[in-house]
Amino acid sequence: MEAEGTVSGAGLIAMQNFLTRKIAVLSTCLILLLALPVIMQLLDEPYLISLSSRILIYAIAAVSLYLILGYGGMVSLGHAAFFGTGAYVVGILASASFDASPVFSWPFQMDGSERLLVALPLALLISAFAALIIGFFSLRTSGMYFIMITLAFAQMLYYFYVSLEGYGGDDGLSLYSRSQLPLLDLGDDTHFYYLCLTFLLLFLLFCHRLVNSRFGRVIQGIRENEKRMQSLGYAVFGYKLACFVIAGAGAGLAGALMANQSEFVSPGLMHWTQSGEILVMVLLGGMGTLFGPVLGAVALLSMEEILSMFTEHWMVYLGPFLILVVLFTRGGLYGLLIGRER
Amino acid sequence: MQSPASGLSMLLFIEQILNGLQLGVMLFLMSAGLTLVFGIMQVINLAHGSFYMIGAYVAATVMQQTGSFMLGLLAALPVSALIGMLVEALVLRRLYQRDHLDQVLATFGLILFFNELTRIIWGRQPLFMDGPEWLSGTVELIPGAPYPSYRLAIIVVGIAVAVLLYLLFTRTRLGMQIRAGSSNREMVAALGVNIKLLYTLVFGLGTLLAGLAGVMAGPILAVESGMGESILILTFVVIVIGGIGSIRGALIAALLVGMVDTLGRAFLPGLFRLVLPAAQADGVGASLSSMAIYILMAAILVWKPKGLFPAQA
Amino acid sequence: MKRSFAVLALGIGLLAGQAMAADAVKIGMVTTLSTKAGYLGEDIRDGFKLAIDEEGGKLGGVAVELLVDDDGRKPDKGKQIAERFMKSDGVKLMTGIVFSNVAMAVVPKVLREDVIYLSANAAPSQLAGKNCHPNYFSVSYQNDNLDEVVGQYVTDAGYNNVYLIAPNYPAGKDHLAGFKRYYKGAIAGEVYTKLGQADYAAELAALRATKPDSVFFFLPGGMGINFLKQYSQAELNKTIPVFGPAFSFDERLLAAVGDAALGVVNGSQWTHDLDNQANQAFVTNFRKTYGRTPTLYASQGYDTARLIASALKSVNGDLSNLQAVRDALKKADFASVRGDFKFGPNQHPIQDLYVREVVKDAEGKVTNKTLKKVFTGHGDAYAAECKM
Repeated sequence: MEAEGTVSGAGLIAMQNFLTRKIAVLSTCLILLLALPVIMQLLDEPYLISLSSRILIYAIAAVSLYLILGYGGMVSLGHAAFFGTGAYVVGILASASFDASPVFSWPFQMDGSERLLVALPLALLISAFAALIIGFFSLRTSGMYFIMITLAFAQMLYYFYVSLEGYGGDDGLSLYSRSQLPLLDLGDDTHFYYLCLTFLLLFLLFCHRLVNSRFGRVIQGIRENEKRMQSLGYAVFGYKLACFVIAGAGAGLAGALMANQSEFVSPGLMHWTQSGEILVMVLLGGMGTLFGPVLGAVALLSMEEILSMFTEHWMVYLGPFLILVVLFTRGGLYGLLIGRER
Repeated sequence: MQSPASGLSMLLFIEQILNGLQLGVMLFLMSAGLTLVFGIMQVINLAHGSFYMIGAYVAATVMQQTGSFMLGLLAALPVSALIGMLVEALVLRRLYQRDHLDQVLATFGLILFFNELTRIIWGRQPLFMDGPEWLSGTVELIPGAPYPSYRLAIIVVGIAVAVLLYLLFTRTRLGMQIRAGSSNREMVAALGVNIKLLYTLVFGLGTLLAGLAGVMAGPILAVESGMGESILILTFVVIVIGGIGSIRGALIAALLVGMVDTLGRAFLPGLFRLVLPAAQADGVGASLSSMAIYILMAAILVWKPKGLFPAQA
Repeated sequence: MKRSFAVLALGIGLLAGQAMAADAVKIGMVTTLSTKAGYLGEDIRDGFKLAIDEEGGKLGGVAVELLVDDDGRKPDKGKQIAERFMKSDGVKLMTGIVFSNVAMAVVPKVLREDVIYLSANAAPSQLAGKNCHPNYFSVSYQNDNLDEVVGQYVTDAGYNNVYLIAPNYPAGKDHLAGFKRYYKGAIAGEVYTKLGQADYAAELAALRATKPDSVFFFLPGGMGINFLKQYSQAELNKTIPVFGPAFSFDERLLAAVGDAALGVVNGSQWTHDLDNQANQAFVTNFRKTYGRTPTLYASQGYDTARLIASALKSVNGDLSNLQAVRDALKKADFASVRGDFKFGPNQHPIQDLYVREVVKDAEGKVTNKTLKKVFTGHGDAYAAECKM
């Protein structure tokens, strides 16, 4: 399941082949992603640029979930709570700025803002804080119980936002326009696409560094054997909580971008079905690497889009497809594309 | 809402307890099957709600053709069990040794498939279903508060199922084999029990119970595609509170969840009216009562991380 | 053949295979076809399609192509589809959204992009009042209308202690506010339930204890089925009459509720038994084509298509001059299946509103029967806020 294994002599050639294939596939993907807006302009399908931004944003959310799920062994069914929180921070700031009224005036005055440089750090901070609270309680449990307690907290947040009448309740909140950023016009789909791509690549790089750091090794050690790590003197709970908080902030980043992409936020963003969808992306992509969740997001969202063009009953095909992936590809789509690493 | 006279409000309280009991029993029917499958085969089955839906659809169809609720019930039980066993043999059997996450993904695929399939077969609109004629009235259990007979019937069926399951596991050879199979698969296999068949049967029993819950729900709820998912989440809440794999835990947790949900909806807005202005109290009360069972679950898990009755092993 | 060509094209650009039928006027329909509410969108679409089929693929003599996609009741999905219709397909006319929350996410943006949106169902108050727009037309109603008519009827019928129930979300509160605008009596209780709630036993027990003389509820879709079945099982329908807007009493939903709905009076702008020529033809054709009685959603889809037809005919299929299209639409020069129909200053309908009763027809089917016209030429409460 894990990329960083020791390689025995006999497997060396196979490993080399595998690496070449991996590098080839990944660099092709990167070039495609970089050139995508240009290709779409040439094909005269500008709509696909905006669809692709949406996919990239979900990819960020899926990668952030994978951080706790794949490396930390913490399966959360409440990840959309942080996704939605990030989105609402952007939405609430923007609506307050549009109405020219402060978000709150006690204990200090907090004014609204449409600037991304204000909204994004705040979104990260607040979703990280939400993850800190939820993680603090949830991490006392594990396995199936952890799945359900994260779901419980996410549902509480969902109903909380449903009851926020000042911000539209269940109807949600429409943004008048996308956030502002110096030099870029986020209202332009191509600019926005590159912004999302940059964030995805940065986040992947960050996660890559993180999982290969000492911190990352401890987290993976805890996943393999929590008791042993504990007896080795590691503050297991603290490590897991830190990892959970980082993942929450990652989902908050995705949420903040999502609010901008659709110029709309609603409690639906944190409903358990949304958490489920992000989870399915991770599982569909495959375990073992950070690119799995990216692949899963791309595959699930584009399949939905393509299948629904041919038939209204696309779910009747998507369902069995997911089952077949589980039964026959053992490593998810990533395994199918690149091969198993071990 | 004016505060009614105290005698009346006592009666109302008892009636609400009865309502909570009935919801709890309904949830128990669903969770018994799910916790059984999870406890014995260690498999997470998200598609449990789909069998609830299948039960309701089959019963509604047969009832519309024949006019008889009982025939609908009789048809729905074997159909949900058979489809369950078919799914077990085709899909889930291959996943017992796998990671839970593989099971999650595959059974999620099953949900999509079954939901869309019902839309293709029966159309998008909800289906009509009614209870039997002899259960259509009300019974005046509490003076001045007639209670629907059908809801009483649900309570009776739920208690009967609990007793039957108890007898099955403690008094029959099959029950013992199932219990042994959950704790030591190899040993039971070595004793010559066909463990594969045993698992298929257990799964069929679980989906039969889900189908039964669907049939019982049909006359009071809308029979529609996707009806399984709303109750699925509640079911998971119940088995997690009760402790996964424990039927006794499921029973107690189901009643607890039923009570908390019902009493929360019935009395929270009123309580908040004592301290808040009416409009605000209604809003806060309504949203808190929607959250009540999740708050309950989170609190119990923080207190007891393995649920109320953690299964041994 | 077309299919395999499209699959081939998918490899490069997902939608490359769609550039066909270049000359037809494209109409984009974002609607809800999946989820529990899927039948609402299905009826809007089928009603709309019927109008196109009656003209052999044309509306107002102009060839049209109807693009339909399912929003799954998710605002962001709806927005994504609307964007595809506008950017990839160059759609200039859109319609179809079932739910107000989806509409609020999709419609304002669409209007700013110089696309005309004609609502065939959802009509939230914001779009009728301060956010009204020259590119926006509601062909259905304003959301509160169907509650207002019941409020008036309940008052006229002499009830003066009503119990109110709606889900705890903005539309729920709007609908109760609509009822209260015309209801003059006292309020025995006002309860907001969980969105999507299945079991109403607790609410029914509380309701019985407060002894109201009538109940008004807004619980659309499955929630309404649950409520009505449970209300009748508790035998409350024998003592306390129930009223509501048409959303819990459309023909397909009534088939699922059965006898439990008998006798309920509900408010609507249309019923299949309305006695006018356009309606009789519509109901007959709809039954022949789809084998079921149309719902009000189907009638709204059909009327929307007929309105578009009148405008397309007037501008001869030329959408390049948006102002001309708007002017033509605003005239509402078509025979609505509701009878008299025109637009008010905020481009929402001015129309007659009825109450109808749920009865059993000769074949034993549970259906609606028009009881009485309550309002003639009724507009909406938000028109004054609209500065256009």
